[in-house]
Amino acid sequence: MAQAVIEAKDLGLTFQTADGPVFALSKVDLSVEEGDFVSFIGPSGCGKTTLLRAIADLEKFTEGTLTVNGMMPEQARLARSYGYVFQAPALYPWRTVEANVGLPLEIMGIGDAASRIQRNLDLVNLSGFEKKFPWQLSGGMQQRVSIARALAFDPKLLLMDEPFGALDEIVRDKLNQQLLELWDRTKKTVVFVTHSIPEAVFLSTKIVVMSPRPGRIIDVIKTNFPRQRTLDIRETPEFLKIAQRVREGLKAGHAYED
Amino acid sequence: MKTKRHFIPVLTICAAILVLWYVACIPMNAVVAETKITAAGGGFANTLAVSWGLDRPVIPAPHQIVTEIWNSVFLIAPWKVKSLVFHIWVTLTSTMLGFVMGTLLGVGLAVAIIHSKLLNKSLMPWIIASQTIPILAIAPMIIGVLGSVGFTGLVPKSLISMYLCFFPIAIGMVKGLTSPDPMQLDLMRTYNASASQVLWKLRFPAAMPFLFTSLKVAIAIALTGAIVGELPTGAQGGLGARMLAGSYYGQTIQIWAALVAASFVAASLVYAIGGMERVVNVRMGARP
Repeated sequence: MAQAVIEAKDLGLTFQTADGPVFALSKVDLSVEEGDFVSFIGPSGCGKTTLLRAIADLEKFTEGTLTVNGMMPEQARLARSYGYVFQAPALYPWRTVEANVGLPLEIMGIGDAASRIQRNLDLVNLSGFEKKFPWQLSGGMQQRVSIARALAFDPKLLLMDEPFGALDEIVRDKLNQQLLELWDRTKKTVVFVTHSIPEAVFLSTKIVVMSPRPGRIIDVIKTNFPRQRTLDIRETPEFLKIAQRVREGLKAGHAYED
Repeated sequence: MKTKRHFIPVLTICAAILVLWYVACIPMNAVVAETKITAAGGGFANTLAVSWGLDRPVIPAPHQIVTEIWNSVFLIAPWKVKSLVFHIWVTLTSTMLGFVMGTLLGVGLAVAIIHSKLLNKSLMPWIIASQTIPILAIAPMIIGVLGSVGFTGLVPKSLISMYLCFFPIAIGMVKGLTSPDPMQLDLMRTYNASASQVLWKLRFPAAMPFLFTSLKVAIAIALTGAIVGELPTGAQGGLGARMLAGSYYGQTIQIWAALVAASFVAASLVYAIGGMERVVNVRMGARP
């Protein structure tokens, strides 16, 4: 069996705040294998973004163990093991599209920038927009630029934090389809945070259902859709069954609050 | 179109100020003018003629200032001490030197401050305290101390300009360098970017709007600093020296001409920075 790309055991993360400790993550066990498309789904406050940020070493976990490519998250970050896509495009407004995509290459001193930029802009269907500035693009296009930027230095792992959360349903469907094609073509491992059930079920090989207070995993569902799939699968009984199970899980997690 | 629409209100305000000025000249100059008006035979016409045409008025009429500027700018060779251009040049050189030094100092302090909490805590109080000291009180000391160790002329004056103008730059740049949002900073973290890469590729570009706002404030007060620096030195050149000489000899028209020249220079400098800002904005792809 291939080595797990991400491995968490008994992972906990507590924020110390003025109002006392906040248990953002508690007893999280998770394993992500190479080539997986894993979604974290849950209501806000369930720690799904925190878990992603812990994997990226943007937050420090406080209990248990967590490895990325067999390394501590910090080593993995220093080794530039992953590309990260944020909730907002976070493009630098004074850089053109190509300069934004080229930013990680400049920072890491990777040559061959022009062809890498071109290849990744092709991948997100944005050829011809190289010289545009971010404000000249729609929200969906900006987010695609940020995906191209995350892919520019060819990391094997792609971490995405609700990348399409701010976009409308139609654009989101289209981008989901494109993302899936990209995942199929590049054979990347993707970890994807969302709060949309159809999005999670459509995209994932593995759905991690989370619940808040304390943030924890309450269900892990494997799906078995073909790698190349279209939005039509959302009408199939299998899809609806999985969506139902995710919904049940989210409901069970919420029962504590009422 | 836009210029045309603004033309009338701008002119109206200018005209109103001029009218107010001319009217104010009459009571304000009354002390000096009274006997002369009586001697000329009194009456409304004489009152105006005398009040607006005194050699040493308390407050000169606008046309007297314009005439003085015209005479001292265009009718005298610019390298002569009597030329206003000469004095403008003297003040401008020390303003620019002080401005450049102040900008470097301000930016340098800001960069240090944002990278170290310790420096932020230890330097900030001094930076703020430095600006609570009235510059008029310490300018003579600075000039005197530097003069005694052999620095005279341009450098001491520039140091006063620098002392005044580093402050808005330091404050503005601290704000500007910390203006990138958390996501833009996290992005750099995911790349394992070095502090200097973050500085050059993110913090400095993001700080540009703040920098230009600070530069506009700084260049105007650098000019003030240079003028203040010329007052206690007994300097032979500079707008400050010109004002001081004017006040020694009761040459109010000369003082006012220097004042108007100073404000004209300040406005031009601020305008020039505005022009640079527009060029930089275009190069940085700002939305037109």
